[in-house]
Amino acid sequence: MRRYFGRKLLIYGLTFFVAVTVNWMIPRFMPGDPVASMVARANVTKPEAVEAMRAYYTNLFGLDQPLWQQYLNFWGALLRGDFGVSIWLFPTPVSDVITTAVPYTLALIVPSVLLSWVVGNRFGAYAARRKLLDNTVLPVGYVLTAMPYMWLAVLLAWAFGVILGWFPVAGGYSFSMRPNWSWTFLLDLLHHWTLPFLSLFLVALGGWAIGMRNMIIYELESDYSNYLSALGAPSRLIRRYAFRNAVLPQITGLALQLGVLVAGALVTEIVFAYPGLGSLILKAIQNKDFFLLQGTFLFIVLGVLIANFIIDIVYVVVDPRTRAGMAGAQA
Amino acid sequence: MSLQVSELKVHYRTLKGDVRALDGMSFGLGDGEILGLVGESGCGKSTLGKSLIRMDGRMRRVGGTVVLDGRELPIDDDRAMNEFRFREVSLIPQYAMSALNPTRKIRRMVTELLRSRGAALDLAELERRMAQVGLPAEVLDRYPIELSGGMKQRMVMVISTLLDPSLLIADEVTSALDVSTQKAVARALLGFRESGYVKSMIFVTHDLALTHHIADTIMVMYAGRLAEKAPADVIVKAPRHPYTKLLLDALPEVGVRYADRRLEGIAGSPPSLLNPPAGCRFRDRCPIAGEECAEDPPVAELAPDHHVACWKA
Ligand SMILES: Nc1ncnc2c1ncn2[C@@H]1O[C@H](COP(=O)(O)OP(=O)(O)OP(=O)(O)O)[C@@H](O)[C@H]1O
Ligand code: SF4
Ligand SMILES: [Mg+2]
Repeated sequence: MRRYFGRKLLIYGLTFFVAVTVNWMIPRFMPGDPVASMVARANVTKPEAVEAMRAYYTNLFGLDQPLWQQYLNFWGALLRGDFGVSIWLFPTPVSDVITTAVPYTLALIVPSVLLSWVVGNRFGAYAARRKLLDNTVLPVGYVLTAMPYMWLAVLLAWAFGVILGWFPVAGGYSFSMRPNWSWTFLLDLLHHWTLPFLSLFLVALGGWAIGMRNMIIYELESDYSNYLSALGAPSRLIRRYAFRNAVLPQITGLALQLGVLVAGALVTEIVFAYPGLGSLILKAIQNKDFFLLQGTFLFIVLGVLIANFIIDIVYVVVDPRTRAGMAGAQA
Repeated sequence: MSLQVSELKVHYRTLKGDVRALDGMSFGLGDGEILGLVGESGCGKSTLGKSLIRMDGRMRRVGGTVVLDGRELPIDDDRAMNEFRFREVSLIPQYAMSALNPTRKIRRMVTELLRSRGAALDLAELERRMAQVGLPAEVLDRYPIELSGGMKQRMVMVISTLLDPSLLIADEVTSALDVSTQKAVARALLGFRESGYVKSMIFVTHDLALTHHIADTIMVMYAGRLAEKAPADVIVKAPRHPYTKLLLDALPEVGVRYADRRLEGIAGSPPSLLNPPAGCRFRDRCPIAGEECAEDPPVAELAPDHHVACWKA
């Protein structure tokens, strides 16, 4: 057990290290000079002033030091939770900008991923081997998964937002409101949350349902199911076993899909102008705010890694075979 | 007579048409009798075994009846068959190595299976039977992957016979095992009959020599039909059907079995069961085939308990 998690942690550590390094490299080796663009935005015409500002910012962002020093500084700052200062919202620290956006993204991703997984698995398992349902679930499921996130988001926004007018199509809350802890505001939040949530939920739902349906059919045709049927065991028992065994690959699937799901959420946020990390990335790109971009990416990578690690733990808890294998099987 | 199969015809529905895997099989099996069922790959042995306990979705009974202990088995009614399964007819499947749910400890799986059939687990009895095949009781607290292949096989044997079925079908239970383990499994099966856990048994195999050790009667099948059925000694010492004779010639010496020297020794191959030719199905490969063989040879009882389907036997 310890060795297993030790190995896993090492892999995650390495991944994180590579991600941080790449992240550090990108803005530094990318065309376009963030300092120049900031200075340009300040609209200063006097050359000495421009020079002074440039020196100030270069020093502030630590760009005047040798690369290896910058790299070490970067790690040092990172470990202190310091992602630098945003250029777009200068001089707000990047970590503050991210902190305000994260709750929105989490509120979208966590429920949509978990709910679509649970509901999709239940539904797919139920549909498998039930002709009528199967014939409807399968095509609908395929249409849903085949749909790009953005496309479904646009469709929903158009149908329920523009045509029917039931839901707002932009923002995390109404422009006329100030965030506070009143019921009216919470309802308003929920109202804005519904459509982006729904589009994420629906696209993922189809995939899980189809995956589960196929896994269940595979399990129901496996040897242990046939043996139980031959001994006259009721299909209730056999289906229970099949579901239990089919869930395991779905957990692995969740870990594998996590990156795609997060990417989908970021795109969906942009479509709905939802004030989460996705919109932040767009803003950062538009404003050449490399530090914000860097911070956001790092934050996402870290989040995905942590989620993956949690799934790993859950998998070990649910699959007796990995547990038995780790305890050292005796034959 | 504990089992009576009459004119049983079972076909597989396929896109190309019906595969006549069983084409009019008739035979009987007495109380306490072990019937060895042999024949080349694809001759319908597993189909017969499955027909007696659980037909798969593509199998259709086209005709014939199966009567066990005086009651007709509703073999093509999956629900009605449930009452007979496990209690009256049971199975040690060809795939015994993978027959146990990998994510359940064996104790829990057995308990849940028995409860689902309305039977309680008699732990002492279970452990006694496990001990009889050399399985320690602590095996119950393991997952199937923690058992060796031979242990899984023996565990399945014990589970399958837990409700003392009248008829046990053992399909190729020895194929995947080495020679000494094969002997042990054969001994265990004989022990099960001795102890009264099963009354009669159909022992399906490719291996004529091994069958001779365990079976009272041997039935040779060819292309979905009975070729010859007689007491084991008679089949081995005085076979009448040309196919049986060739099978025996393919073995160097009965009782001695060389690795991989199986039933592949006969030139030619059996006819397709999709559209089997008229007349004797062995005609293409038969060294003594004649004019009359263009007609189906009926199964005749040449001597008491010695049935042969051949014009020239
Ligand atoms: N699901 C199926 N669909 C169509 N044809 C099948 C199916 N299963 C078996 N058959 C055909 O039925 C015939 C009998 O098959 P069966 O499995 O009973 O043979 P067997 O004697 O058990 O062979 P083996 O010794 O290889 O196990 C074969 O010709 C086979 O091709
Ligand atoms: S009936 Fe004719 S072809 Fe068939 S086994 Fe007998 S002799 Fe050979
Ligand atoms: Mg077979």
